Amino acid sequence: MRIGIPKEIHPGERRVAGTPKTVKKLIEMGFEVVVEEEAGLAAEHHDEMYAQAGATLTDDVKALWSESDIILKVHSPQIHPTLGVHEADLIKEGGCLIGFIWPAQNQDILDKLNARKASVLAMDCVPRITRAQKVDALSAMANAAGYRAVIEAVNVYPRFLTGQSTAAGAIKPAKVLVIGAGVAGLAAIGAAKALGAIVRAFDTRLEVGDQVRSMGAEFLELDFKEDGSGSGGYAKVMSKEFIDAEMKLFAQQAMEVDIIITTALIPGKPAPLLITAGMVESMREGGVIVDLAAQQGGNCALTKADELVIHKGVRIVGYTDLPSRMAIQTSWLYASTLVNMLDEMGGAEHFTIDLDNEIIRGSLVCHHGETTWPPPEIPAPVVATSPDQPRAVETQTPSATQEPKRKSKALSSIIMLVAVIALFGLGRVAPSDFLDHFTVFVLACFVGWQVVWNVTPALHTPLMSVTNAISGIILIGGMFHLSGAPTAAITLLGTAAVFLAAINISGGFLVTRRMLSMFHK
Amino acid sequence: MPNNIATVAYIIAAALFILSLSGLAHPKTSRRGNLFGIIGMLVALIATAFHLNASGWMMFLIALIPAAIIGATLASRVKMTEMPQLVAMLHSFVGAAAVLVGFATLLDPHAQLAGSELLIHNIEIYIGVCIGSITFTGSIIAFAKLHGMIGGKPLILPARHLLNIIVILITIVLGVMFTQAVGDHDMTKALWVLGIATVITGLLGVHMVMAIGGADMPVVVSMLNSYSGWAAAAAGFMLSNDLLIITGALVGSSGAILSYIMCRGMNRSFISVILGGFGAAEGTAVAVEGEHTEIKVDGTVDLIRNAKSIVIVPGYGMAVAQAQHTLSEIVKELEAAGTKVRFAIHPIAGRLPGHMNVLLAEANVSYDIVLEMDEINEDFPETDLVLVIGANDIVNPSALDDPASPIAGMPVLEVWKAKDVIVMKRSMASGYAGIGNPLFVKENTKMLFGDAKKNVDAILTAYRTG
Repeated sequence: MRIGIPKEIHPGERRVAGTPKTVKKLIEMGFEVVVEEEAGLAAEHHDEMYAQAGATLTDDVKALWSESDIILKVHSPQIHPTLGVHEADLIKEGGCLIGFIWPAQNQDILDKLNARKASVLAMDCVPRITRAQKVDALSAMANAAGYRAVIEAVNVYPRFLTGQSTAAGAIKPAKVLVIGAGVAGLAAIGAAKALGAIVRAFDTRLEVGDQVRSMGAEFLELDFKEDGSGSGGYAKVMSKEFIDAEMKLFAQQAMEVDIIITTALIPGKPAPLLITAGMVESMREGGVIVDLAAQQGGNCALTKADELVIHKGVRIVGYTDLPSRMAIQTSWLYASTLVNMLDEMGGAEHFTIDLDNEIIRGSLVCHHGETTWPPPEIPAPVVATSPDQPRAVETQTPSATQEPKRKSKALSSIIMLVAVIALFGLGRVAPSDFLDHFTVFVLACFVGWQVVWNVTPALHTPLMSVTNAISGIILIGGMFHLSGAPTAAITLLGTAAVFLAAINISGGFLVTRRMLSMFHK
Repeated sequence: MPNNIATVAYIIAAALFILSLSGLAHPKTSRRGNLFGIIGMLVALIATAFHLNASGWMMFLIALIPAAIIGATLASRVKMTEMPQLVAMLHSFVGAAAVLVGFATLLDPHAQLAGSELLIHNIEIYIGVCIGSITFTGSIIAFAKLHGMIGGKPLILPARHLLNIIVILITIVLGVMFTQAVGDHDMTKALWVLGIATVITGLLGVHMVMAIGGADMPVVVSMLNSYSGWAAAAAGFMLSNDLLIITGALVGSSGAILSYIMCRGMNRSFISVILGGFGAAEGTAVAVEGEHTEIKVDGTVDLIRNAKSIVIVPGYGMAVAQAQHTLSEIVKELEAAGTKVRFAIHPIAGRLPGHMNVLLAEANVSYDIVLEMDEINEDFPETDLVLVIGANDIVNPSALDDPASPIAGMPVLEVWKAKDVIVMKRSMASGYAGIGNPLFVKENTKMLFGDAKKNVDAILTAYRTG
């Protein structure tokens, strides 16, 4: 099977869908790879490196598209600036295209691809399940974008990020607010933290609070309970009351922080407006906002996509090509997810589009001339709600353990019943004096039962020795028989009992004291 | 002193005893708990002493003073490793005292009872004496076993269950004869019957404890602890003394809980432990196959040096070898070097509930780093090195993965999940349960043979010099 890797034609795009390393892997998997000349140039991958890896190089773009079974791309197809045709029209009939498609925004591209009966896998539609992490191109790019967002912010930020005490005076560390703690947000937190800033983060999904704290940032919470976890690990649209409370928090934070990095996206919808013009103006001069949602309309009212806006001393960075700015590594990361995706599809020999494979089905947006997007829904993640890991002790099957339990339950209720009947029987014949003592006895048993359960296992040995000493109280029983004639049998018996019990009392209490004095912190 | 005052004193004493037990909930409050117990005992003794006449006082002091001195001497001399023996011996005293009090009460000419009250009174005496007798002889055997005077192997008589049942039936028949004899005012016969019953139940106590293996000793000792409480409670019934009843019930339930905890630690029912004979379980365990890896002291020290977190699992072997003091020194050195060291205690480690904790406390190990099984089992995967010292069955993985194993289902310390495990043992011999341990042949397990004390000493020396 032939794979074609064309040069990206999107303005400013430096990434490429195959690097020499991944091309080599594809060839090892049995594919034949054709790469457009200068395809990797902007990512510092030269033609001869591809040739060395085993790829065929061509300058015939049309032939590359029409003669390849599979096309690997970064950006969604668009009009070719030099050929004047739409890339989607170039694809081989029934061919396969893998790349970022954004089907929600690009209905017209889907139509064109359907006209060619192409099978299209959108890397932006990979389902968020554990097994799909190796093909999760979005996370890989978001991670890069989050990191780069901090770098871009620092680049235009006219101050130190880290705090310092110098002989000339102290410099306070910058305060960074990260809105949205997804992959990009967490990467931004990590990068800002590493540069020495004080980092705060906000997210509507309460479940990410621990992740934020684990990165060393403060997790801001509203005094308002609503969890924003939607399906597939993304956030959902929140209620109006929530948004009001949220905006109040942002307004307050805008006055305090130096840098704001916004990463809030809701799938298939324009980015939510979080930072108003007023908030921008309330920021300290020299403040920076990096809007990672610029492509989807921006989280800040003043964001202009792909531009640096300076508004009353506040710089608003709206670059949409952040991953592309680190093209060497992001190309490789992205191309690796493509290799993994092709591997998931069976490699060159067993290449199939398996609709029962949830990764493939989730990513597939066009197939046999039909739009197959959106795929059936995936239930919300349940990881957060079950903190207890299954323990190895539970190796027995549940039915095996429950059966005897049920039996012992039945047994214990029978015993209880017998005990109650026996008690009533006793009550009929026994003198009331005995019953009084019996009441005391039963109550004392219960008290003992309650009290002793609280004893820490570490003190079980002292517990035994102290109960031993206390049970020497039987000495009192001996004392009642001491007052007769000193030689009478009963007196001697009593004396012997007192003697034995007294050993117990003094020995038991003293040894307990000795043991307890050893326990120390 | 009027009776009411004595009753009030008894209420105070009972409350103090309850406070004493609840004080043991934490090491911090435990010393105060013991003090409450002592005060309670003094209050009770003083209140009762007001009943004594002059000759009574004399007898009281004659018995009390030497006994207190003997007890104090025992308490100050006993080694912490011998604690199980001491506890067993003290139990036997309570049992014997209960028997003596029972006989004395029977002989008491002041008792003027008739009808059902007399019957109940006699039954109380009889039960008290029988429980006391079982406790007495059972504890003596337990003491002898723990002290090594009798072998730890269970003595399995043929038809032992039948034997026990026959003895119990005889005891009941004797009980009926006893109450009739007392009802007929035939004191001689009553004394004879009670004497025979004492001997027979005493034999029952001997047989019961003889049939129990060494590893089950913690259960037996806590069970006898419970019995000594019930014996005291029975004495309380025969004397119509609520303080004795309350105290006996407290001690009885305490011992019962301890027995239950021990049984749960072994995943065995109380009945099966009492019926005795560990190893009588059905099914044959999968034989352990594979070669074990041996390690020397030098290699052990290297592993210890490289580990960031270490868990030490002590067993009875550590107590026998008296290795806890050196171990504590090693722990201090390691902690000074920044290594995280903790102890993992299995509920049935040792011969007494909480035995290991006492030994480690004696060796100056902070109780903060001595953790229970449930607290530490989840941490083994993140542990670099586990040192198993003189323990075997409590770290046996076949309890979890081999349904045919006699200890199947017993919760164990999952040490094999750690990166490295070093097992210090005298030889490859099996533990009390008499079963092989697949842990010893696991890839990440290394065996350090020899006397635990000598090895630990050598490790400390090598660690300090290296």
